[in-house]
Amino acid sequence: MYLLKVKENKLRNLTVAEALREAIREEMRRDESVFCIGEDIGIKGGWGGAFTVTLGLSEEFGHERILDTPISELGIAGIAVGAALAGMRPIADVEYGDFIFLAMDQLINNAAKLRYMSAGKLKVPMVMRIPVGASGRGAQHAQSLESYFVHVPGLKVVCPSNAYDAKGLLKTAIRDDNPVMFFEHKLLYGAKGRREGIDARGEVPEEEYLLPFGVAEIKREGEDVTVVATLRMVYAALSAAEELEKRGISVEVIDPRTLTPLDLETILKSVHKTNRLIIVHEDNLTGGWGAELATRVTSEAFDWLDVPVTRIAAPDTPVPFAPIMENYFVPNSEDIVRTAASVLGKS
Amino acid sequence: MEKRLPREKLIEMYRKMLRIRHFEDRIYRLFLSGTMPGTIHLSQGQEAIAVGVCANLSKDDIITGTHRSHGEALAKGVSMKSLMAELFARSNGCCKGKGGSMHVGDIDVGMLPAIAIVGGGIPVATGIALAFKMKRLDRVAVSFFGDGASNEGAFHEAINMGAIWDLPVIYVCENNLYGASTHVSKVMKLKDIANRAFSYGIPGVVVDGNDVVAVYEVARKAIDRARKGEGPTLIECKTYHIGGHSRSDPRQYRDKEEEKRWLAKDPIPRMKKKLIATNILSSEKSENIEAAIEKEIDEAIKFAQSSPSPKPEDALRDVFA
Ligand SMILES: Cc1ncc(C[n+]2csc(CCOP(=O)(O)OP(=O)(O)O)c2C)c(N)n1
Ligand SMILES: [Mg+2]
Repeated sequence: MYLLKVKENKLRNLTVAEALREAIREEMRRDESVFCIGEDIGIKGGWGGAFTVTLGLSEEFGHERILDTPISELGIAGIAVGAALAGMRPIADVEYGDFIFLAMDQLINNAAKLRYMSAGKLKVPMVMRIPVGASGRGAQHAQSLESYFVHVPGLKVVCPSNAYDAKGLLKTAIRDDNPVMFFEHKLLYGAKGRREGIDARGEVPEEEYLLPFGVAEIKREGEDVTVVATLRMVYAALSAAEELEKRGISVEVIDPRTLTPLDLETILKSVHKTNRLIIVHEDNLTGGWGAELATRVTSEAFDWLDVPVTRIAAPDTPVPFAPIMENYFVPNSEDIVRTAASVLGKS
Repeated sequence: MEKRLPREKLIEMYRKMLRIRHFEDRIYRLFLSGTMPGTIHLSQGQEAIAVGVCANLSKDDIITGTHRSHGEALAKGVSMKSLMAELFARSNGCCKGKGGSMHVGDIDVGMLPAIAIVGGGIPVATGIALAFKMKRLDRVAVSFFGDGASNEGAFHEAINMGAIWDLPVIYVCENNLYGASTHVSKVMKLKDIANRAFSYGIPGVVVDGNDVVAVYEVARKAIDRARKGEGPTLIECKTYHIGGHSRSDPRQYRDKEEEKRWLAKDPIPRMKKKLIATNILSSEKSENIEAAIEKEIDEAIKFAQSSPSPKPEDALRDVFA
């Protein structure tokens, strides 16, 4: 199975999982201090982590650099912090994002604060990979957690929506001297999402490239309303934009790609043009990063806004199991179509 | 050993194991055919633990389970219909479709919705036991969890606290040799997880987890002890999950010899052989038991499939008390 994938790679049309794997492989070849640490990531005959990202890497780099751990998230995160402080560049993995709560103390009290507490003497160059999003598994394998980390000074927050961004941003994350929380959406990795109609594959160039943090991408230009979305919601926004175009509404879709640092400038420029902003995230509504962005745009660009900034987000509940309820919970393109039409007074 | 237990009890434990086995056989097929949503973790091979432990409990005793808890749910008395309906994501499932396979349970029969954060149920069961003690109730809490869970901080913190306060809680570790794809020998130096009990000053017992009578006896002692106010016990049940971790796991990380060795220790044929050899079970009786189980499963599936789905907006209910 793995060999087949390598052949496909020649076409350079990679899945997100493949793109991430390639980024890790390149960085590990380039820099001896880079290593991976996590559960089930390098087991022979195993799965390469919960989502195949590290599949085959232990064959090239050995089990000393692809470290399989006990089920001990606090340990994984804390040991990554320590190793980073002492000159390594760990890439740590928690299988499903919801398990990151077990590691919060190490990430927030140590990873995020030690540089500050040492008045700039220390640095913690680590990457924490965190799969998020609902995928039919119930409340404890489903949460979108970016907002928890956006709140923490000292952590960078990255959320790529496609294979090209995933590779370029992960390489940058690995080389960054700060702790980077790297969010990956479960339905964007590969086949499972495609079955649900989301294709995050992309052309990934052979030659090396890195993508800078803090640079949003305008996924689609438009005149009437700006939609800012991340991860899976980028696809909902793009399909809504297509639908709205048929109704004569022109939508600009922006993917910030990193939430910390945030490219506010690109968003403001867009709002200057469209005078309307909708923010979409899969995280719960209350206290989500959308609230922060809405406030910033409102205070910086109040005069340009024709209508209040609107947020589309998951309701304030845990993620339900039944697909019919999960579908209701996760914002979709119809929600965006309806909201955009209403924002434009065309509902 | 069987002599000490009444025949009916032995047959009943056999029947309960078989019921779990057949139930999981059926849901596995339903899952593979795409009829059932979500994901599943089967407990096949581990039935003796759920059955042997729960045979000592009453409805008032409370258990916590894991991502792999269909067996514990059935053994604790969650109705098969409501369990099946939950797996089918229907509104009369034991969690009204909000839980799914990884969160089965029904507090009405003394089982919390299973906790799928590895190790997460261990402190919760300890807290339940604390409440039982504070309220002077004659009830115990039992936490079921895997070998992998014993590497989480939650395991160590909770057991130490259960120990210092002599709480009526029993820690049942189902050591099936793997946490997901990782063999236990790669992630702990101890041979017996039960030895971890000694760090906290409580008894740690190793038992053959594929022998339902042995599990029953060990659990009975631990539960009696807990009820008397003498505190927790850590029971390590050595076992194996026949089908591997989850869904259609190709199990390439497992040694085929190891699989064979454990298949020979399958708790269900083993018990059946003993019961037949000691004339407790006849082959006719055994066939009747199987037929009745199949019928119960058919009815549960029919019930589940004809049950209504939740309404989408039901997602908004039950957030606050
Ligand atoms: C805190 C946490 N970390 C990781 C996982 C992912 N995960 C689910 S089951 C599992 C293996 C659990 O092993 P064990 O405790 O031995 O139970 P078993 O699956 O063998 O029954 C893992 C790693 C999880 N659910 N929760
Ligand atoms: Mg296990």
